[in-house]
Amino acid sequence: MVSAIISLGLSGLVIGILLAYAAHKFKVETDPRVAEIISVLPGANCGGCGFPGCAALAQAIAEGKAATNACVVGGSKVAEMIAKIMGVESEAAEPVVAVVYCQGNCDNAVISAEYEGLEDCHALHALGGTKKCSYSCVGLGSCVKACVFDAIHMGEDGIPVVDREKCTGCGACAKACPRGIIEMVPASKKVHILCRSYDKGPVTRKNCKVGCIACQACVRACPQKTIFMDRGTLAKIDYKGCDNCGICVTKCPVKTIKSYEEKAEAAAS
Amino acid sequence: MVKARRGSGGVPVPDKKELSGRMPIEDAGIPAELTLFLSQHTGAPSKPLVNVGDEVKRGQKIAEAQGAVSACLHAPTSGKVKAIEPRYQPVLGRESDAIVIAPDGEHALYEGLAPVGDDLEAISQDKIREVVRESGLVGLGGAAFPTAVKLQPPPDKKIDTYLLNGAECEPYLTADQKLMEEAAQDIVFGFRALMKGAGVEKGIICIEDNKPDAIRAMEEAAKPYPELEVAVLSHRYPRGGEKQLIEAVLGREVPPPPGLPLDVGVIVSNVGTAHALAVALKTGLPLVERIVSVTGEGVARPSNFRALIGTPVSYLIEKAGGFSGKPGKVILGGPMMGVAVKDTDVPVLKGTSGVLVLPAQAVKSEPVLPCVRCGRCVEACPMRLLPVWMAAYAENGYLEEAEKMRVMDCCECGVCSYVCPSRRPLTQSIRLAKSQIAAKRRAAAKK
Repeated sequence: MVSAIISLGLSGLVIGILLAYAAHKFKVETDPRVAEIISVLPGANCGGCGFPGCAALAQAIAEGKAATNACVVGGSKVAEMIAKIMGVESEAAEPVVAVVYCQGNCDNAVISAEYEGLEDCHALHALGGTKKCSYSCVGLGSCVKACVFDAIHMGEDGIPVVDREKCTGCGACAKACPRGIIEMVPASKKVHILCRSYDKGPVTRKNCKVGCIACQACVRACPQKTIFMDRGTLAKIDYKGCDNCGICVTKCPVKTIKSYEEKAEAAAS
Repeated sequence: MVKARRGSGGVPVPDKKELSGRMPIEDAGIPAELTLFLSQHTGAPSKPLVNVGDEVKRGQKIAEAQGAVSACLHAPTSGKVKAIEPRYQPVLGRESDAIVIAPDGEHALYEGLAPVGDDLEAISQDKIREVVRESGLVGLGGAAFPTAVKLQPPPDKKIDTYLLNGAECEPYLTADQKLMEEAAQDIVFGFRALMKGAGVEKGIICIEDNKPDAIRAMEEAAKPYPELEVAVLSHRYPRGGEKQLIEAVLGREVPPPPGLPLDVGVIVSNVGTAHALAVALKTGLPLVERIVSVTGEGVARPSNFRALIGTPVSYLIEKAGGFSGKPGKVILGGPMMGVAVKDTDVPVLKGTSGVLVLPAQAVKSEPVLPCVRCGRCVEACPMRLLPVWMAAYAENGYLEEAEKMRVMDCCECGVCSYVCPSRRPLTQSIRLAKSQIAAKRRAAAKK
């Protein structure tokens, strides 16, 4: 009995000393800020920052390899907290939301084929899609599957709808879209030209009721001169100059340009 | 006669050759417009030699091969270059640059075409290789791999056998069958030229046993030449896949990619390729036309056409009497490996062996059920892969895991989807993963 207590006690003591020595000798210096940053990050591991998860971003911020406002999901609040932890001035991050640049639903777009097969936009895109317009939304919802925040849903008309309240701007849907018609735009900007067709005007007109026909009425009407023609066939807004005046919305003959306020009113009425 | 082995994997499929198998080859004529893609072969796209507005003649070179693996392109008829612009290329599944020719209807031959002759003894090996390269010859079986590359194996690889692929294991298609029946002499001549070009002594012509007339014709034509043999294979899909053919005929297994038939001392070419070479040697005319079966229950008069490369599919369907009833699906190639097109204005490519029209009632899809882990796809896979896991990874976006399962080795033969009792789109998922991995690799290579 006594010998058992002594032998166990001694071996415990020896191992304890060894462990204490090892802990001291092989100590890995970790940046305490990493843990702090992880605690303020949203923890959704969405990958919107370009790093594989929140922990990796925290490490990168602590090492100075990423900006303190790199987390698009957290927005300015998180950026401020991280800046505090890092002891730097907070750089204001403008929150962004996803915008789907296509209104080519069943009523508007000319549909030239039926599709039965893999429910994946990339698969259908490789076959050319079911609509005449080769820039249109293919409508199988790869963006909806990609969203971890439940912020984008397939509308009844077959075009995905972004929930601007829930959207964190992580950009996963934009990456999932094979046709690149989803883009991240500052949330304060309400007016958008919802078309990405580079087809010439007459072709677009044949393919879709609401496609940009490159008439340039919006370019001429814009008081801020911030609408320009891309490749000569598609009107785009340079959002830096846009003040949401909405004049272009009224000028567009094919109703390609929409304002989100107008949309909300329409939904309310 | 060579006795064939069963080989691994594959399934027996109904061959449906009776639809167009009795129809002789007809000339399709000249359509109103020809679309010639600069990228319709495996490898780098060719580079245009003509400008918009130029007059071209039948057989004139209009695009030059670029890089080691590429093929040049020739005008199939005389006319004017209407445009050089991106058009939808159905096999690539994206827009790709094409030369569009508006034919003038005269079908005037290019003056520069020079026949080499029909005495093989008098033609040197280098001359054959040059003709193959200058004729823009590619494998006409479907993959359209430039033939000139095949004829120049690296010196450390000893090639002992040349296989001529006339298996045509895809259901419905009869292009190779009809060519063997009607032009056996030319095929044998072209095959011997290919063998000489590659410096191979022994040649085996491989045909499935569902084409007795073709076997008879080829045996007759090959009789005078002791170096040629005819191998008769039982009908099983995908017997005509390059690797499956080598295994069935020679009992040699091609190592997994990047292993090539060269590694087991074999070169394989399609009968259409041999025929095209024979035409090029005898008349000087490069590869500007090919045999296309227009078949399926959805066309009024299933036919075999000699069509100019670039002929719109809609034109051929029209020639075959148009649709019978409501068309359900138009497929370039066969039902197993072909690609469905949404627009019949797409043109015939060098690798298009058939246009298959299935009626609406035949393509009704049934609901996809969960995988029951029966393993039939694993048993049937001729590449000895695990389609069930590759597809599961592919569906859920685990591209790296799919790559570890060697998804890139998949030959997309479609057998796994065909045998699946739950009707899961296995091949389609795998193909999607393959294209995404390929796109990733291209992006990484650019960096």
